[in-house]
Amino acid sequence: MHEYSIVQSLLNQCEEIAMKNDAKKVVKVVTKIGAMSGVEPHLLEVAFNTFKEGTICDSAEFIINKQKLKLECKECGGIFEVDEVRYFCIKCQSLKVKVVDGEDMYLMRLEME
Amino acid sequence: MCVDCGCSIRGIEEHTGEHSHDGGKTFHSHEHQKAHEHLHHNPQLNDAKTVSVIQKILDKNDHEADHNREHLQEKGVLGINLMSSPGAGKTTLLEHLGDVANFKFGVIEGDLETERDADRLRAKGIHAQQIQTGTACHLDAFMVHKGLHHMPLDDIDVCFVENVGNLVCPASYDVGTHLNIVLVSVPEGEDKIAKYPVMFRQADLILITKTDLLPYFQYDIEAEKAEARKIKPNVDILEVNVNDVQSVKAVAQWIEFKLKMRA
Repeated sequence: MHEYSIVQSLLNQCEEIAMKNDAKKVVKVVTKIGAMSGVEPHLLEVAFNTFKEGTICDSAEFIINKQKLKLECKECGGIFEVDEVRYFCIKCQSLKVKVVDGEDMYLMRLEME
Repeated sequence: MCVDCGCSIRGIEEHTGEHSHDGGKTFHSHEHQKAHEHLHHNPQLNDAKTVSVIQKILDKNDHEADHNREHLQEKGVLGINLMSSPGAGKTTLLEHLGDVANFKFGVIEGDLETERDADRLRAKGIHAQQIQTGTACHLDAFMVHKGLHHMPLDDIDVCFVENVGNLVCPASYDVGTHLNIVLVSVPEGEDKIAKYPVMFRQADLILITKTDLLPYFQYDIEAEKAEARKIKPNVDILEVNVNDVQSVKAVAQWIEFKLKMRA
């Protein structure tokens, strides 16, 4: 259940950005959560809605854009998203793949008033 | 126009109460300053604002982790994060490494409660620093930073971070080590690697431990290795059984090799 720790980091981030922008409150928080980030989106949402109380995000809407694992093949050049966890090319089976997206958690956008 | 932010508040031309903040390059009147504050701090004059951020949520942790890594680097110490479920044999491995390793090491121990693991290692003459995480299910870079202050970094070659026993949460946190070793023991049963891919994806070395118990369990060790390489094609894998000193020596040799590669 490290989702609570992650939400604490996220709320601090929102607060800092809101202060920088002289905003009174945050109305929308948009995140991107990778399939291989190690975070369960549903739990993250529950944690956010529990811990936002009394913070600048008290009335904020929380949006999670789920990002599938996205790989780029260094052999055939293909870029593709995978549903199952596999780190090789779906076309040529090469193991020389680079992770393009889907392993991290990002704060993407904030809407403030 | 205001040279600081480009706003068009009048006042900069008036010379009442003129002063400079930067040695005479620009001048503000107090009237301008007042109007400025009114504009920027009056919420009614501020419209809804959308800011594109694109920042990692664990940005602060990652920054601290980089700091830890630099600190270890300066001291010429290799940092290794040990992760596994509870009871896979992290502390037992460290106890046995103490007997065979040609390098000196210290251990930062993460547990929810008790000093027991640190005490076990100290009994073996290994420098151990316990971090009690309370209810936290993982170590983060800030906790490890505190632990590093109690490590005799000038006297050791390797600093292990023995993470909280857990195959889920520690995988999301960079604690600032150079390498990750993930242990999985035979009695935990098959499919652990496939079920916890985020953790095994982080591994530079996977240790399949308690292999002396293989005759008593239905455990297809080759299938587990194949599963691991689906998740991380270039991962190193060793079989470990602490009753077989050669298998522990192999782990020590892997670490010695990595030490040489960073000289």
